[in-house]
Amino acid sequence: MKYDIILGGVGGQGILSVAAVIAQAAMASGLEVRQSEVHGMAQRGGAVQAHLRLADGPIHGDLIGLGRADMILSMEPLEALRYVDYLKPEGLVVSAEEPYNNIVDYPDEAMVLGAVAALPHGIIVQTKQLAREAGNPTAANMVLVGAASKYLPIELPRIRDAVKARLASKGEAVVEMNLKALELGRGEK
Amino acid sequence: MSEHVLLGDEAVGLGALHAGASFAYGYPGTPSTEIIEYMQHVLAHNPAELFQGSAEPLPRASWCSNEKTAYEAAIGASAVNRRVLVTMKHVGLNVAADPFMNSTLMNIQGGVVLAVGDDPGMHSSQNEQDSRYFADFAKMPCLEPHDQQEAYEMTREAFDLSERFHVPVLLKLVTRLSHSRAVVRPRAPRARNPMLKFSGRDDFMVLPATSRKNYAAHLGVMVELERESVASAYNPLVLADEGADIATRRSRPFAVITTGLGRNYYEENASDLGFVPDHLHIGMYPLPMDTIRRLAEGASRVICIEEGYPYVERLLKGIVPQELVVSGKLDGTVQASGELDPDNVRAALGLSPLKSGAVAVPFSLPGRPPQLCQGCPHADTFIALKEALSPYPESLVTSDIGCYSLGFLPPHQVIETALCMGASITMGRGAAESGMHPVVAVLGDSTFMHSGLTGLTDVVSAKLSITVIILDNYTTGMTGGQDTIVASPGIRAAVLGLGVEPEHCVEIVPLAKNREQNVAIIAGELAYRGVSVVIAKRECIQTLKRRNAKQGAVS
Repeated sequence: MKYDIILGGVGGQGILSVAAVIAQAAMASGLEVRQSEVHGMAQRGGAVQAHLRLADGPIHGDLIGLGRADMILSMEPLEALRYVDYLKPEGLVVSAEEPYNNIVDYPDEAMVLGAVAALPHGIIVQTKQLAREAGNPTAANMVLVGAASKYLPIELPRIRDAVKARLASKGEAVVEMNLKALELGRGEK
Repeated sequence: MSEHVLLGDEAVGLGALHAGASFAYGYPGTPSTEIIEYMQHVLAHNPAELFQGSAEPLPRASWCSNEKTAYEAAIGASAVNRRVLVTMKHVGLNVAADPFMNSTLMNIQGGVVLAVGDDPGMHSSQNEQDSRYFADFAKMPCLEPHDQQEAYEMTREAFDLSERFHVPVLLKLVTRLSHSRAVVRPRAPRARNPMLKFSGRDDFMVLPATSRKNYAAHLGVMVELERESVASAYNPLVLADEGADIATRRSRPFAVITTGLGRNYYEENASDLGFVPDHLHIGMYPLPMDTIRRLAEGASRVICIEEGYPYVERLLKGIVPQELVVSGKLDGTVQASGELDPDNVRAALGLSPLKSGAVAVPFSLPGRPPQLCQGCPHADTFIALKEALSPYPESLVTSDIGCYSLGFLPPHQVIETALCMGASITMGRGAAESGMHPVVAVLGDSTFMHSGLTGLTDVVSAKLSITVIILDNYTTGMTGGQDTIVASPGIRAAVLGLGVEPEHCVEIVPLAKNREQNVAIIAGELAYRGVSVVIAKRECIQTLKRRNAKQGAVS
C-alpha cells in the first residue's frame, strides 16, 4: 500500500500542522512516512506545498512525481488547482472553500471554486465556517484534516490521538475545539 | 534507543550530539538552520537522558556573528581535542572560505564536521553552488547522505573519519533532505572527548615553512582517503549480473551513477525500465576511482544523475573522444539547473511521463510569490524611504540578504540590488564614490553584524555621502527568528565606535502613524553630505506573535 498526498496552501495557513498530524497518525498506525516541507523565504505569504508519503513498505524519495498523488489536500482553492498535474487518474482533491486573496491578479472566486468542483473527484470543505462552529476559527486546518480522514488509510482514533499530542501543551480547551473541528470536517457529528 | 521522526537537519544535529560533539557553531541560513535549532532544543529539554553519567560539561550549540567566525571557533575547539560541528548554508561557505581552505593543513585533533546546506532549485537562496566543488578545492573528504537515517549515520561517521585522517569532513546536505521528515533510528551516544591541547608544534600553524610540509603530508592523506572511498559502504556498486562478461554488460542500454537524492528518484523509477542497469551510488568523496572504472568497463553509456552540479559527470567526460558515452547535465540528458525530482529523472532515463488524472484548469493560474508579512516593520520603513527619495530624479538603493530583499518586488519596489551578505554598504561606497547621490544602503541588524561592520568602516574612512538604514527587528528574521548576536544598544554603539557622527546616527520607529516624521528624518539624512546611519527599530511581527502566544499560554 502506498498513499501519496500533496498539501497546498499559502504560507501561514497551517499546512505543516496538517501534514504533521497525518504523519504522526500514520506512524502510530505502523506505516512508513516521508514528509517534505518548505521553510525560509519561500514560506512568507507565498504558495507553499508539502509532500506527504505513506506506505507499508520502504519509500524511496521525499517527492511525489506527476500523475502519482492519491490526494491533493489544500487550505486554499487556487492552490489546490496549482497541483492537479500530480494527481493519479483516480486521485482526490480536498480543498478548503475560502480563497486567500493576497495577490492583485486573483481570478474570479466563483470560477476558481467551479474549477475545483469540476475536477473528477473534487471535494470542497467549508473549513472556516465549520471551525467557527467548533469554537475556534484557527482550527480550519483541522477541519480539513477531518474532511480528508474519510479517505486516508488511517483509523480515526489514531488521528484524534495525533491532534491531542500535537496540541497538548496548549491546554484542554484548545484540544477539545480542535477535535470538534476534526469531527465537523469529517461530517460525523 | 527510541525512534525519532526527524528532519534531515535534525538527524544531523542528533548525530553530532551522539557522536560526542562538545560544540556546534553556525550562522542561520536556509536550509541549514534547523541543525543548531534542534541541538539547542534537545539540550534545553532532555540532556540528562542523552548524556547520563558523563563527567564532561554539557555540549553547547551557538549562533555566531558569521560563518567565518563559526568555522574558526571550530578549529580552535579541535586544537584542544573537542569534537565540533559547524553549520551554514552553501553561500555561507563562501564567507568561511578563508579558514576552510587552510583547515585541511591543520593537524585536526578533535573531529571537525562542516554541515553545509546546498539549495538546488534556489528555494531560498541566490545561487545553487555545489559544495562538493569546495570540498574538492580544499582537498577535504565529503559525505553526502541520501536520506535522513544516512544523515544521522554519516554525521557520526564523519567525526570518526575526521579524527582518523586528521582533516575536517564536509557533510553536504540539500534543501529537500534538510527539510523532509522520516523515521531515524539512533544508536547509543559516544562519550565526548576530554580537553587536550595539540602536541605537535606545527599542527595548527600556516607559515610557509609549516604549510609546505603539511600540504605534502596532506596529499598523501588524500591517497589514503581515496582507498577508503573505494572500500566505503556509502559507495555501493551493484552489478545487475556479477557473472556476466563485459560484452554482455555493454549490450545493455546504459549504466547509472547517482549522487545524493538522485538515487531516490532513480529507484522510484527503476522498476519501469524493463532491464536492470549496473548502478553505482556515490555518497563519499574523494571519488572512488577504481569503483567507477569497474562500472565503466562494462558500460557503453553511463547516465549520471547528480543533485547539484555535474561534478562526477564532468570528471568522467574528459575532453578527447572516448568509447564510453557519458550522459547527464552536460549533454542535456538530465535537466541542468534546478532540483532533481521523480519526473525529470524519469525523463532522463528515457521513460514517458505517468498519466495524470486531472482535467486541464480552464484558466491560467497566477503565481503567488512570497511577500513581507502583514504588519512587518520593514514595510513601513520602505514606504517612508520611498517617499523621502521621491524629490530626487535619480538615486540608488542598495540592499542585502534578508526578508527585506522582498522590497525589490511589488508593492514596494524600492531596493535595487542584492549581491551577498553586507554588500549593500560596500556597493553603495563604489556608487557614491562614482558620484551617485543619494545612495542608500538597506540591511538588517543580523546582516549588519555579520558583514556590515567592515563596510561601514570603509565608507567612514573614505568620507563619502551615503545613508545606511539598519532594519533592526531584534532577530534574524528570514530564517525563522534566531537571536541576533548583539542587541539594539550594541548596534548603535558599534556604529558610533566606527566613527559615524552621533547626530547622524538616528533612530526611527517604523509604524504607519510615524510615517511623516520618519520621512522627514530620512530626508534630512539623504540631504546630509557624509555618512549617516538610520536605525529603524521595531520587533519582527513573527517573533512578536510567538512571544505573545507563549505569554498567553502561560497566563
